[in-house]
Amino acid sequence: MLIKRPDEFKVSEITPEAVFLNRREFMAAGGVAAAGLAVGRLDGWTVGHEPSNRLSAQPSQQDDPQTPFQAVTTYNNFYEFGTDKSEPAKNAGTLKPRPWTVKVEGMAAKPGDYNIEDILKWFPAKEYVYRHRCVEAWSMVIPWYGFPLRDFINRFEPSPKAKFVEFTTLMDPKQMPGQRDLVLDWPYVEGLRMDEAMNPLTLFAVGIYQKPLLNQNGAPIRLVIPWKYGFKGIKSIVKVRFVETQPLNTWQLAAPSEYSFYANVNPAVDHPRWSQARERRVGEFLKRPTLPFNGFGEQVAAMYKGMDPRTLY
Amino acid sequence: MTRSQFIRFVAEPAVFAAALVPAGLIAWQGFHGGLGAEPIREIQLRTGWWALTFLMITLCVTPLRRIPGWNDVIKLRRMLGLFAFFYAMLHFSNYIGIDQFFAWSEITKDILKRPWITVGFVAVTLLVPLAATSNGFMIRKLGRRWGALHRLVYVSGALGVLHFLWLVKKDTREPITFAFILVGLLALRLRRRAPKSAKPRTEGATPREPATASG
Ligand code: HEM
Repeated sequence: MLIKRPDEFKVSEITPEAVFLNRREFMAAGGVAAAGLAVGRLDGWTVGHEPSNRLSAQPSQQDDPQTPFQAVTTYNNFYEFGTDKSEPAKNAGTLKPRPWTVKVEGMAAKPGDYNIEDILKWFPAKEYVYRHRCVEAWSMVIPWYGFPLRDFINRFEPSPKAKFVEFTTLMDPKQMPGQRDLVLDWPYVEGLRMDEAMNPLTLFAVGIYQKPLLNQNGAPIRLVIPWKYGFKGIKSIVKVRFVETQPLNTWQLAAPSEYSFYANVNPAVDHPRWSQARERRVGEFLKRPTLPFNGFGEQVAAMYKGMDPRTLY
Repeated sequence: MTRSQFIRFVAEPAVFAAALVPAGLIAWQGFHGGLGAEPIREIQLRTGWWALTFLMITLCVTPLRRIPGWNDVIKLRRMLGLFAFFYAMLHFSNYIGIDQFFAWSEITKDILKRPWITVGFVAVTLLVPLAATSNGFMIRKLGRRWGALHRLVYVSGALGVLHFLWLVKKDTREPITFAFILVGLLALRLRRRAPKSAKPRTEGATPREPATASG
């Protein structure tokens, strides 16, 4: 059984959505009001909050406390700054997130080079609290600021022939010293099928904890796909390309038997070297069960109908 | 101070204290939130690293004592070997009792199904008889078989390296360094042994152990 239907949760576990939304709205409004900004601008980008928070879909995530800022910004897999998880926070100072250009290429009516400042103006950022599940079986709950990737995509009018979107990270060993070590085939590349990219859950994140993204978290713009393992969330993106064939993502290239293109969170399909059935939420002692699609099955499972879940690791 | 007094009253306590520093640091940092966002994993990594490192240090003793005047380092070997065992046990206990929190079905599955864990498990298991026979009584009792038994330390070390190599996601530089060190140590050992084998071997008859080693 791959997808846990909502009716499999105990009724008592489910907070009625309205109650939850009110609570969130209340908390978000409280937080923002305390900071003196209802919907304001922070370092040149818009901050708001999204009352219809995507998290509401998953009962067990509603009450999950957010992972402390300290942990989210010092425990990172970002091999461009070193392979140890403490290294990005120490080494990412060399990255210059401004000025920054995102190239839009491939099968689209409006390709071109776009300045990050313009992008931030076109797409106001809102808060999305998502669980982040790393393929290494740890997880966090992170308040991202960002906008749905589909808004971005629509603006550049991809052709119907474009079936996939490919993303590329900056390639510059001066700014990203880890690229001098050939542990991966640089630059980092990721991809999504068009329907995945257009799913309203999929974000371009530009902020975290009401701040612009820190370098170690993928400044100035990164991908967040909450039902997939963290490595799909490519960081410091400089290129978005609309293509017809499935891109070869970096980790798949590195170890195809361990990481596939899809990388959907699935407790039933183990990594060859460890179980994916449970995860340790950073800051917690006991492991907790991992949910299919990281708890977002209702919104995304339909996209994979008829596909063998064992091929979607 | 005689040389043996120096070993006994200076070198041994100093090495003992130094060998406890990594464990002490883990404990101290653990209580002060200094182990990062995932302290349990950090403990797993550090204890594993030190177990392997102490195995390598222990294996350095025999080559080192060939340096003129260094023969007495042999007197530290038992302690170093036991520290390798100590860190391996911390590593194993952290996995069983903290990381997995006694989830026996998961643990059994890990050990049976995941070669890198299987290999780690065999490596710790092999260290148990070595630790158990690292006292004067067992050395005398086992006689020449003691030396043969304790050659298992190379097997344990090799399995430890393999375990490390298998578990890293992509950056294999560190386990490969350990592999080179191990192969180097083994080569030193074999090179030494080869010409000797023509003569009648006395080496195995006198276990090279602090109490009895004469060098
Ligand atoms: C049943 C026995 C063992 C188990 C279950 C075990 C388990 C583990 C686990 C879970 C990790 C962490 C992997 C990760 O989170 O990436 C690890 C790392 C490690 N283990 Fe073991 N291990 C065992 C025995 C050993 C032994 C005997 C040695 C050494 C002789 C050893 C050396 C290491 C090393 C060097 C690391 C990696 C440290 C690093 O990355 O810096 N392990 N082990």
